[in-house]
Amino acid sequence: MGYQFQWNVIWQYWHLFLKGMVLTIQITSIATGLGLLIGMSMAGLQLLKNRIVSNIIQVYIEIIRNTPFLVQLFFVFFGLPTLGIRLEAGQAALIALTINIGAYATEIVRAGIEAISKGQIEAGRSLGLSGFQIFIYIILKPALMTVYPALTSQFILLMLNSSVISVISAQELAYQAKFLQSRTFRSFEIYFFVTLLYLLLAYLFRFTFGLISKIAFGKVPAN
Amino acid sequence: MRDFNFIEVITSLLLATRWTIVLSLIAFTGGGILGMLITMMRISKNRYLLAVSRFYIAFVQGTPLLMQLFIIFFGIPILLGFDVPAFLSASIALIAYAAAYLADIWRGSVESIPKAQWEAGTALGLSWLEQFRYVILPQAVKVSIPPTIGFAVQVIKNTSLTSIIGYVELTRQGQILNNVTFRPFAIFAMVGVIYFAICYPLSLYSKRLEAKLTFDQSPGGAKTLKSKHSKKLGVLEGH
Repeated sequence: MGYQFQWNVIWQYWHLFLKGMVLTIQITSIATGLGLLIGMSMAGLQLLKNRIVSNIIQVYIEIIRNTPFLVQLFFVFFGLPTLGIRLEAGQAALIALTINIGAYATEIVRAGIEAISKGQIEAGRSLGLSGFQIFIYIILKPALMTVYPALTSQFILLMLNSSVISVISAQELAYQAKFLQSRTFRSFEIYFFVTLLYLLLAYLFRFTFGLISKIAFGKVPAN
Repeated sequence: MRDFNFIEVITSLLLATRWTIVLSLIAFTGGGILGMLITMMRISKNRYLLAVSRFYIAFVQGTPLLMQLFIIFFGIPILLGFDVPAFLSASIALIAYAAAYLADIWRGSVESIPKAQWEAGTALGLSWLEQFRYVILPQAVKVSIPPTIGFAVQVIKNTSLTSIIGYVELTRQGQILNNVTFRPFAIFAMVGVIYFAICYPLSLYSKRLEAKLTFDQSPGGAKTLKSKHSKKLGVLEGH
């Protein structure tokens, strides 16, 4: 092995890595928030038992879950401008990530809702709660509590998946790696370090989700 | 630039699909073999094997596949001293990736089997390996099939990332065609449809198997078993 490792590029360009990490956190957090909103509302809409609405949502879920994120990203980034919608890389990436996570979140939240027994809802009705109150307090909150570990894993997967948006030059962490390796040619060192940064981010996200759960539900999830 | 007609585009996409399928099969079989090894390490009682397998699974699951691809892609030439084709880097990275996830799925399946089954094996004088092979594995396989097929869908979808390190499969072919035809909607829709046609049947199959499995183990199922049991007990009490 005649290769000389040179790790000093990492200290030399630490600000770029930091910038990339901040953007990865930002874009993931926004997509997570929006995705959760989509998930809750779509899963709620499916409760209406309107066959057309339910079918449309089901088609959306299946399309997203059975095609690669990269293709969805290309579809948004290259496709929308041909319709006259101009998008920056960051915006296209955020749209694609949100549409993607929305489908997974819907599926997970729905599984949580299905686990809630009918008796609970009837009890709510007999207490005189409105339909909306029943949905929020009796259906949604316990459902979210049940599926919280699954949601957390999905959101962390989303953060890892966000590295793919570097392909369309959204300037997050993986993009900074790409940029730096083309400039310094220390490809292995840079990608190895960035991989460790992602690992760190994954733990950071897990920790934060644990905190959120403690605040929202007053307990730490099992997983 | 010349115009491509629909037939030419779809033919070239379908030809590239072969490489997506080949890579998926390699990743899944290779990942399966390595994954089985890691599963056995993960459930073993040896502290070092356990630590190594845990670290491996945590590392792969905690980092993006894209970064793993790049590490292998840039790391192999350093290790060997010469470049290897993108296909090889892609295969190695995907095998390593699939192995970690499969090991985690299979560990869960093995742990879902009651501990008494192991103990029964010990009582029969079977070695650890024999207990695993003849007592635990046949039961765990049944539990593990739905999530394993579900993960196969992930592997197929994730082969698309190898286009980024220059391996020409379905997604890369779509990009190439998009660059010459400037019809992103049509091209990527077709690419998406092809992935969907491969993945959706697998997803459905996985879901159906899982529904069947949960039905077998549903509270209702348990109840009938229990009631049978209590009936027997009742007969015994009657005596």
